[in-house]
Amino acid sequence: MTVTDQTLPAPAPGAGAQTGAETGQDGDGCGDPAAAAVVAALRGDLDEGFAALYEAYRGTVFSTALRLSGRWAEAEDLSAEAFLRAYRALCGYGPERLAVLRPRAWLLTILANHWRNTLRAAARRPRPGPLEEAPDPPDPAEGVEAAAARHETGRELAALLAELGPAQRAAVVLRHVADLPVAEIAEILDVPAGTVKSHISRGLARLRALTTDHDALRAAATGTGRSGGRADSTKGGTP
Amino acid sequence: MNTRHHRRPGGPGDPGGPGGLEEALASLATDAPPALLDRVAARRVRVPGPLEDVHVAFTGHGVAFLRAGMDERAFTAAFRERFARPLLPADRPPAGLEPALRTGRAGALRLDLRGLSAFEAAVLAATATIPRGQTRPYAWVARQAGSPGAVRAAGSALGRNPVPLLIPCHRVTRSDGTIGQYVFGAGAKERLLRAEDVDLDALAALARRGVHYLGSDTTGVYCHPTCADARRITPAHRHGFRSPAAAEAAGYRPCLRCRPGLATPA
Repeated sequence: MTVTDQTLPAPAPGAGAQTGAETGQDGDGCGDPAAAAVVAALRGDLDEGFAALYEAYRGTVFSTALRLSGRWAEAEDLSAEAFLRAYRALCGYGPERLAVLRPRAWLLTILANHWRNTLRAAARRPRPGPLEEAPDPPDPAEGVEAAAARHETGRELAALLAELGPAQRAAVVLRHVADLPVAEIAEILDVPAGTVKSHISRGLARLRALTTDHDALRAAATGTGRSGGRADSTKGGTP
Repeated sequence: MNTRHHRRPGGPGDPGGPGGLEEALASLATDAPPALLDRVAARRVRVPGPLEDVHVAFTGHGVAFLRAGMDERAFTAAFRERFARPLLPADRPPAGLEPALRTGRAGALRLDLRGLSAFEAAVLAATATIPRGQTRPYAWVARQAGSPGAVRAAGSALGRNPVPLLIPCHRVTRSDGTIGQYVFGAGAKERLLRAEDVDLDALAALARRGVHYLGSDTTGVYCHPTCADARRITPAHRHGFRSPAAAEAAGYRPCLRCRPGLATPA
């Protein structure tokens, strides 16, 4: 089922006309400026190429893993495994296969598939405790106040992402955290572009509703802005 | 084409406001922790050693792979073949590696031997105890590894030793007095043993006479011929034996240092 979406914040020009054509061949490397250099490096030497691949995509892969899983340690496991699987796949790729490789989408496909497998496995086991606060490393260019505020917002929002179902979470994270175009997300998640847009808009709507609930709850619970009891309000925020 | 977000530097965004949610989501992007790469890739370094062109690969757990007589490309290919992991250049060798290669004593150097079978690990652990300048037969290694019948398998495990020199598989020789095979070739094995002052000619001469153990009639102890204790026995008090059984039949007990004893005290 695809839902035409009017509320997408900034639909990529031409993306709306791409109904059903989710391969995302844009001619410009699909919005991935690093792709050409990474592929060239991989064709030259596998290990140097891997270093280039890692440099280009480590932030995207780790951020995606962190916001999909919600746990720092799990994000490290997911990212390390995705990069290792990528390397092992590359060992078997000849020059023809490398020439047509779109590395970012390919890498995130490996990550997303691995994440879904771990979700399936986790469903058979009890959850390993509460969501961890991702200890975002401080940005030295950022003031203490701003960092604290960002951390507050980030922590809440990261926790709220866990309230979305896997399909909506994946679409929202890839679009708005990893900043990928819809066509590339469609390829990664192996669904039509229209479905991706529907997941994104519904996911955003749900997040907006959840944040509103949270703000109301927090205001009612503490009155004086941020102080104790926030962890409770985070847990109590489920509608 | 993709319309990219303009991320406000340091701006927390207001998740409640219009457009603020997208900005707040964008600010959830973060760089990977520096240690992530080392969970995926190993590092390589070329170091001076007792053989030419010694390349070493190591992980956060320790030294994982050592090969000699190869160029960088061949080493990387050999590592990939065996470990299927990326291998990137290192800034410097791991602490303790160069002294270990210089002295022939690995000491406290950390080794990453994950991925070995329990038997392979036991064979290498036994081999690691052979002191510089001494040799032990393959059968001794098999016995110390807890599988006295698996002499050939012990030889195969030594042939797969990922870290020769650091785990001194060149100090394991055939009980017939010949030096046996080596991952870097029998010639390299002989050079390494001679550089450690092992008297291969004397050992071969003993073996030709059927002598594989030496005992002292003053202490009543018998040893492997290269044991430090055996080398102290004066010729007048030295007796040769073909086997531990022969030495023990003559009333000798096994040395506690080089442990030449029978598999199980019957």
